[in-house]
Amino acid sequence: MNILKSREMILTAAIVVLLGLVATRFPAFIAPSNLVAVFNDTSPLILLAIGQMIVILTKCIDLSVAANLALTGMVCAMINVAAPGVPVVVIIAVAIGLGAVLGAFNGVLVWKLDIPPIVVTLGTMTIYRGIIFLISDGKWVNSHEMSPAFKAFPRAEFLGLPMLSWIAILMTVIFFTIITRTTLGRSFYAVGGNPHAAVYTGINVGKSQFWAFTFSGALAGLVGYLWVSRYAVAYVDIALGFELDVVAACVIGGIAISGGIGSIGGAVLGALFLGVIKNALPVVNISPFWQMAISGSAIIIAIAVNTRAGRTKGRIILKKAEATQ
Amino acid sequence: MQQTTSTDAPVLRLDRITKTFPGVKALDQVQLGLYPGQVTALIGENGAGKSTLVKILTGIYQPDGGAIYVGDEQVSFPTAQDAAAHGITAIHQETVLFDDLTVAENIFLGHAPKTKWGLIDTKTQTRRATEILRSIGADIDPQTRLRDLGIASKHLVAISRALSIDARVVIMDEPTAALSHKEIHELYDLVDQLKAQGKAILFISHKFDEIFKIADRYTVFRDGQFVADGKIADINEGELVQMMVGRSVDQVFPKRESLLGTEVLQVVGYDHPTEFEGINFKLHRGEILGFYGLVGAGRSEFMQSLFGITKPSKGVTKVDGKITVIRSPAAAVEAGIVYVPEDRGLQGAIRPMPIFQNVSLASLKKTSKNGFIRLAEEFAMAREYTQRLDLRAASLDTPVGNLSGGNQQKVVIAKWLATKPKVIILDEPTKGIDIGSKAAVHDFMAELASQGLAVIMVSSEIPEVLGMSDRVIVMREGRIAAEVSGDDMTPETLVRHAAGIAEA
Repeated sequence: MNILKSREMILTAAIVVLLGLVATRFPAFIAPSNLVAVFNDTSPLILLAIGQMIVILTKCIDLSVAANLALTGMVCAMINVAAPGVPVVVIIAVAIGLGAVLGAFNGVLVWKLDIPPIVVTLGTMTIYRGIIFLISDGKWVNSHEMSPAFKAFPRAEFLGLPMLSWIAILMTVIFFTIITRTTLGRSFYAVGGNPHAAVYTGINVGKSQFWAFTFSGALAGLVGYLWVSRYAVAYVDIALGFELDVVAACVIGGIAISGGIGSIGGAVLGALFLGVIKNALPVVNISPFWQMAISGSAIIIAIAVNTRAGRTKGRIILKKAEATQ
Repeated sequence: MQQTTSTDAPVLRLDRITKTFPGVKALDQVQLGLYPGQVTALIGENGAGKSTLVKILTGIYQPDGGAIYVGDEQVSFPTAQDAAAHGITAIHQETVLFDDLTVAENIFLGHAPKTKWGLIDTKTQTRRATEILRSIGADIDPQTRLRDLGIASKHLVAISRALSIDARVVIMDEPTAALSHKEIHELYDLVDQLKAQGKAILFISHKFDEIFKIADRYTVFRDGQFVADGKIADINEGELVQMMVGRSVDQVFPKRESLLGTEVLQVVGYDHPTEFEGINFKLHRGEILGFYGLVGAGRSEFMQSLFGITKPSKGVTKVDGKITVIRSPAAAVEAGIVYVPEDRGLQGAIRPMPIFQNVSLASLKKTSKNGFIRLAEEFAMAREYTQRLDLRAASLDTPVGNLSGGNQQKVVIAKWLATKPKVIILDEPTKGIDIGSKAAVHDFMAELASQGLAVIMVSSEIPEVLGMSDRVIVMREGRIAAEVSGDDMTPETLVRHAAGIAEA
């Protein structure tokens, strides 16, 4: 618990330092309106990182989130084109539902067929992208084909924040509650922390993993609609490779790839850290290739810190050592 | 069998070897001699120090004191390679080989013949593997992947590997534990061949019939100390059992009056296709029922099936006289049966999780409503049970992984107690923990029983079984070999039934 707390503190401090450094040269970067823009821009990553964090917590990984997002986004866009009158609320419900189904499909394969999650989601990642091509014939759905209401929702402001940001905040709160306050949330930690012990405790390991994938899928589906409507375009390759950013956000946020350790706060801060880097570097006029190198270094440094923190301490044999513990 | 020089000087000799682990003296000035062309049986109860000795001989542990001699030369084995270089090789219960390599690759891994380019000379490797396999009469194609072989054939490959490095000493650690009847006889033939080739063999076994069948000499350890050695021809089974169990160890067990209550659990006709059959017994409130047997007698397998992890093909469980169907661990917990598995690291605590969450994990139904956990109730539950077990930790928020082994065990027990069980199954509850923690677990077990809980204790330590149980069921080869109580509960009876020796 202390390690996690300090990890969140370290990340917060790192983000503040980063903002401070950029501000020394471009004070406008830390203007409230710009910070809101950065947060809003990072919101999809936050949403996906929350889902991924739950999956990683159960000792799995979901590489299909970006493909799920793209497929759901395309379906939403096509529904909008075919029936512009369908209200946005229905579209969002469809997005969450379809995303959940795609995630549940991963979950069933992991649960019932016992296939390693990395293989399952590597497969479904390709399958989902393939389906987008099949249903769209490889064509784009462009801005002028979408209804104004469809495009307006994520940008609509409420109390100075766009809906996209509000959704990220809302989901953070909801999933924080699920993870920390429900029996299901507790089972995610148990399953990842020690699957054998979880079995003896009466927890169904496969079923918990199934739910983790379903949550991850539902969030990916939700982001699918938000992404397509925000950028007002849908095509086969949107968010290509974005799953790696999502995993990176989790790793930076202190979610242990070996499972059982992590927090929603960590995932959110990890995503924000990446988001700040991505938004700040172009401002400071650093080339995109350097940006990639810096993001990559951040991941490796984060893993190194995790490993150090997670290293098992030597056994306490001396009485005096035990006393000081 | 007609060695001319069988009483030669030993090829390997251990002199006053001592090995101490925190809190335990695993080996205390023990001696052992292995002779060329002879089989020496190493005999002792669990915890006598046999495994430690094997690990010292194969360079995995370093002794704290004493000396190892190969021939006349004093040697030490800082690494496993050094032991192998002195011609010492071990064949373990579960063979340590590589499933996805071929037989020939397994035999020559690490010392493969090379071509002049430094690449592995597969032709020579295959040819030599064939020769070695043929020399021990093993009909195995060296190109087969090891995965496709049975356990007995894997043993043959392990033995071939031993021969390929020109071993002088072959250690066999319970090699027959997992073999079928026919395979065991093939192994005996092989031991004879190794003897004929002049190898010194250290044979570790709990089975008296096979000790008398193939061993030439014996060495007995008890509680990490050397007891006796000599020739098998000069001794009988009864004497060996006597030496092995000795007087009961100076370990104090909590005194308690057994007040048997009503019957709480009845198991009728539990059968499993491969692991156990015909398991019937009753269990009463306030009773501690010991399950004794050799490793691999099917005790844990049966307990796991009782707990719903594996399913028996037949069998009925009655809890409080009512037939109860247990298809999952969750159902078992619901029915009031809990299982504390053997390996606390692997199956016990969730190490990254705080203490209070570990304690409540199996009782979340009680501390939650509609799936939402009530933190105050959860904390209260954790506080209550950790206090009952006298668990000292700075805070209940501490991850269990930061606690000592004994305290981790307490957390696991607290978790189970919090479910308010009727029957608690403890599988080797004190294995690998220090003496102080052992006593605490024993006291606690006695307290559980006095509160009316029924306890099933699976244990391989005779003093513990005898000191704690009201009644003991001895299992052998997947069946109940005997049920003993009262004055019949003696070390000799238990060992005899477990090993299948008739009354003397």
